[in-house]
Amino acid sequence: MSELASALPGAEYEGIVRVTEAGLRGMVTLKADLPDAANGVKAVTGQAVPEPRRINAGDVSVAWMAPDELLILCDHARADQVVRDLAEQLGTAHHLAVNVSDARAMFTLTGDTVKDVLGKLTPADLAALPLGEMRRTRLAQVAAAIWFSDAQTAHVICFRSVARYVFDLLALAARPGGDVGYH
Amino acid sequence: MLTLTCPVCGVDACETELAAGGEAHLKRFGPGSTDDQFEEYLFLRPNAKGVHFERWRHAMGCGKWFLAARDTATLEVFGTYSAQTTAPPADIVNAIRAKRPDWSPET
Amino acid sequence: MSTRLPDHGRLIDRSRQVKFTFNGKWMRGHPGDTLASALLANGQTLVGRSFKYHRPRGIVASGGEEPNALVNLGRGARHEPNQRATTTELYERLEATSQNHWPTLEFDVGAVNAMVARFLPAGFYYKTFIHPRAFWKHVFEPIIRKSAGLGAAPDPETMDADRYEHFYAHVDLVVAGGGVAGLLAALEAGRAGKRVLLVEQNAHWGGRAPVDGDLIDGAPAEIWVKNAVEELEKMENVTFRTRTMLAGVYDHGYVTAYERVADHTPGEDAPRHRLWRIRTAQVISATGAIERPLSFPGNDKPGVMLASAVRDYIVNYGVAPGDTVVIVTNNDDGYRTALAAHRAGLKVACVVDPRAEADGDLPHEVRSLGIRVMAGSAISKVKGLKKVVSVRVQAHRGYDGGHEEIPCDAVAMSGGWSPVVHLWSHCGGKLTWDEDQACFRPDHDRPPTDQNGAGFVTCVGAADGALNGDVTMAATATAMAGLLGSDVSAPRVDVAREAPLAPIWVMPEAAGAKKRAKMWLDFQNDVKVSDVTLAAQEGYESVEHTKRYTTLGMATDQGKLSNINGLAVLAEALDKGIPQVGTTTFRPPYTPISMGAIAGEARGEVFQPLRRTPIHDWHEEQGAYMEPVGGWRRPYCFPRDGESHEDAVNREIDATRRSLGLLDASTLGKILVKGPDAGRFMDMLYTNMMSNLKPGKCRYGLMCSENGFLMDDGVVVRLDEDTFLAHTTSGGADHVHTHMEDWLQCEWWDWKVHTVNVTEQWAQIAVVGPNARKVLEKLGPDFDLSAEALPFMAMAEGKIGGFDTRVFRISFSGELSYEIAVPASQGRAFWDALHEAGAEWNATAYGTEALHVMRAEKGFIMIGDETDGTIIPQDLGLNWAISKKKDDFLGKRGQERVHMTDPDRWKLVGLETLDGSVLPDGSYCIASGKNANGQANVQGRVTSTYYSPTLSRGIAMGLVQNGPDRMGEVVAFNKVDGSTVEAKIVSPVFYDPDGEKQNV
Repeated sequence: MSELASALPGAEYEGIVRVTEAGLRGMVTLKADLPDAANGVKAVTGQAVPEPRRINAGDVSVAWMAPDELLILCDHARADQVVRDLAEQLGTAHHLAVNVSDARAMFTLTGDTVKDVLGKLTPADLAALPLGEMRRTRLAQVAAAIWFSDAQTAHVICFRSVARYVFDLLALAARPGGDVGYH
Repeated sequence: MLTLTCPVCGVDACETELAAGGEAHLKRFGPGSTDDQFEEYLFLRPNAKGVHFERWRHAMGCGKWFLAARDTATLEVFGTYSAQTTAPPADIVNAIRAKRPDWSPET
Repeated sequence: MSTRLPDHGRLIDRSRQVKFTFNGKWMRGHPGDTLASALLANGQTLVGRSFKYHRPRGIVASGGEEPNALVNLGRGARHEPNQRATTTELYERLEATSQNHWPTLEFDVGAVNAMVARFLPAGFYYKTFIHPRAFWKHVFEPIIRKSAGLGAAPDPETMDADRYEHFYAHVDLVVAGGGVAGLLAALEAGRAGKRVLLVEQNAHWGGRAPVDGDLIDGAPAEIWVKNAVEELEKMENVTFRTRTMLAGVYDHGYVTAYERVADHTPGEDAPRHRLWRIRTAQVISATGAIERPLSFPGNDKPGVMLASAVRDYIVNYGVAPGDTVVIVTNNDDGYRTALAAHRAGLKVACVVDPRAEADGDLPHEVRSLGIRVMAGSAISKVKGLKKVVSVRVQAHRGYDGGHEEIPCDAVAMSGGWSPVVHLWSHCGGKLTWDEDQACFRPDHDRPPTDQNGAGFVTCVGAADGALNGDVTMAATATAMAGLLGSDVSAPRVDVAREAPLAPIWVMPEAAGAKKRAKMWLDFQNDVKVSDVTLAAQEGYESVEHTKRYTTLGMATDQGKLSNINGLAVLAEALDKGIPQVGTTTFRPPYTPISMGAIAGEARGEVFQPLRRTPIHDWHEEQGAYMEPVGGWRRPYCFPRDGESHEDAVNREIDATRRSLGLLDASTLGKILVKGPDAGRFMDMLYTNMMSNLKPGKCRYGLMCSENGFLMDDGVVVRLDEDTFLAHTTSGGADHVHTHMEDWLQCEWWDWKVHTVNVTEQWAQIAVVGPNARKVLEKLGPDFDLSAEALPFMAMAEGKIGGFDTRVFRISFSGELSYEIAVPASQGRAFWDALHEAGAEWNATAYGTEALHVMRAEKGFIMIGDETDGTIIPQDLGLNWAISKKKDDFLGKRGQERVHMTDPDRWKLVGLETLDGSVLPDGSYCIASGKNANGQANVQGRVTSTYYSPTLSRGIAMGLVQNGPDRMGEVVAFNKVDGSTVEAKIVSPVFYDPDGEKQNV
């Protein structure tokens, strides 16, 4: 079989920040009673169930999406195995685990002005967003999730079908001459 | 443009991240109900000027529905709370009464 | 005439020159000039023509309130009309042209309107052009359109060459206005550790204080301003911007600010404008005040300016608006202009003051310089056509025939000051009338309120009615102390004490109707004192009605100069007090903002999000003709060289029915529904019984709203005992998922069901046609695809050619068909593999139109064609898909209503034209007789209509009254040309009614 394709393979823009498509990333949505599922999640991912809105990062990262929903981030090739492992760990407990890796696109923004660039597109209060906390919001007209792993690095997840739109938006916001100097 | 705190994920959401869902605490009438009951359930809304309970979905966020108590005239927000209730909880009722002494849940 | 002075000009850089053109003529200015100051420096006092009478007009003001000096700026893709010269910073090679004149600014034919001005009073158009009706469109409107209007609209064939953006900021406090009050407020909030955003609409800080010569802490205001800005620069919690206007204040602390990033540097690679979308806990409005004109005959002539503007041009730009100035003022502040003009070496002919006495500090100082002060007098005439030549001065009250002609080429007028209360009022703050200063100011007891029910706007300084320099700072300090809960000490301000103004705006007092018809209130819209008086006589009492009737305050300046004067005239005419008449509503934006700024990034490629499937690029490579489907772009057809769309569609259908077609069906919605209560939940969502579906099987299902109306349809697959996969329409996935979650979260929250929208996880490809199985077997499945192992309406999972597939034997075309889902990352490769393997069977990609035709040939309904939100499944002959065993499902009760069970409802049938032609889309089935409006009665309509290449004739589906009982009957359908076409009512299934082709 031919190689797998992410939404915008190799897409890249260098402006006042650098925007790159992050390639294929494994993502598993788990919907369950989270306290009940905590042990199973720990066994499969090595991570505890995060506090609301937090991401517990590692080889496998776990993000809190809602009181009954987690997003597990892992290598793309591992996602199906994570689903199977969760099924095994959670057994008959009512849950839904599904590989959603290909439903998403992911971008990485790096540079000193990442917050200023994203601040052109989202109504979220980025100054109030701590490192390691995911803010689900909108980027212009589409839903997205944003988090910062450090002050110069932002990660954006959006739906795969709007990857081109989101990339174009980010590139436009990062165009030279558009410094805001706010954050 | 409103801001409402999503009681599910705790985010202070801008109105553009939310989707409005009309009046809250409607009682569903299905098969077996009278025409009047069904009409009331589906169509008749008091459209209150003042205290109002309404449904919102954190559409560009955690995706969950929640309820809000709000003054439709001044846009003052008395509180947001879980969608899994059939009536406004006591803390919301108290918050409203603190600001609107004349209001009672029955009106 | 107006000219550049040898000295003064604190804002300009005389060491450099800037060249620009006005009406094609080259002129020179300096960096720091506005277009207005540069025009005046070049002796250009005539800058435009008025809206209605085409009267010659000059610059009146020095800021955003300017009503007259509107120009066209730039050309081509950067042409923009109605730009205020007073707020346009001069830049190299700026091109400006004047507006609303024909053929030239100097000679204007339309000025004839002015000679018949008495024939064009308020409401003239309303009264005159109402009859005869037909004349409006062909006679009156073209003439009025030619003579009225302002700047030239941008060429519709050009695209704005600039880019724009939004920026979201969240702060504790926004300070609007960078005058001394705003700076003090920002300093105090900054010192208190608040997150502060300070915006100033002009390019410089300090507002009026440096112009008026106030001393702050014993030094010129300029020094204090410089120190304040330096301190703010050091504060990390303070962001401040010049060229940024706080445009609007909205609910819950939402505030917009308009930053003109690159207006003064056109062509630079930067966003031209940035719209700040701010959430703030508090708004501090330090927006100052605007000087009011006075109404005297001829007050609109070029050379008549606001006194404060005359001062600004002298002090800020080193420009004299004239050689000899007459001041006319009802207050002491106007005398400052006499002082400034005198100091700049201009001749001050006199100060005309309608007050009986003028004995304040400032009048005394003016007199001591030998300047003549004419108390108790008024201007009764301004002489000169395109510029002021002289004024006639007489007693304001008790005219005895005596008057004096005073030569001058500039008149500086002051009717006192109005606080800029716009930001207080935008979100509902109420005003109170200040009798002493004759102005509206914020009523502190009735502020605009936020989400907590608390006031969130505070006006400080002149905006709060603290008009004199000394009280401005003290009041600001007090207000900030209250807000911050800290000690705030005001700087000491030394200014002259001012005597009270006289609330006189119309002079002379006894001016008759003729003179009042020459007194302008609204310069831009040509509204005069006589117009407002007439409106009152004709019964207009409400200020809002009068505004609309006379157009007072409705021009691009929104009445910034005319508001109070107009109210005063109306109040007098109605014999009421000004507070009883009230004000019109202040609405955002404060001054006009660009459409580009409002649109922000949403233009061109990112105007709206276009959803793309994993196979989208292939479609574009093939030159597919795309159509929008629920946010997606889908190929309508794939025309080959020289092929029309119709030809392409027919070829695609033919290839599919004869051999092998491939459809990108990735846009189909796919929602997982899982849990112990999933079956029960699916039974509520669908009209059919879903809980008895066997794992591995598919069932077509209908979804209705509570109203009973058909909302969506699709194939439901039971993946295992606990799990359903619900397919939705292409546009419907998000809506259906939201609908499911609504019921789960808000009604049946104790049911154990989880849902996930997995639409985009999968690329889905329909492999369709007699050779469908062959191509899949050639690719090498690791499971059995035979009719026995995988019959119609079954599903299987496994690998095909190394791809991870989920295969559904479902058909929307009537052919042997496999819908195959693969993970989106494999979608394009799988599509390519199918084409490669299918080449020997002429594998043909088909688009949505071929899909539509083939489904219509089979009589399958399409949501959005056969349904429109008023159609119930029973209308479409889908009773077989409505469970009779279920006690309840969404829509069941709705479908029991009387109108839904009416036997006369229009119902689905097939339609065959007798002549084989294609019925017009949406055409009506004609019934006998006419309705009450004289229109033909109707008994049905066409919902889908196509040319069927399979049957070589037109086929259609439609809803016809009692249709299913009228098989074989011939009925007539209307056509656009008024004729009708006859069609026979037939079964909607035109092709393979027994399903032999799909069931192999």
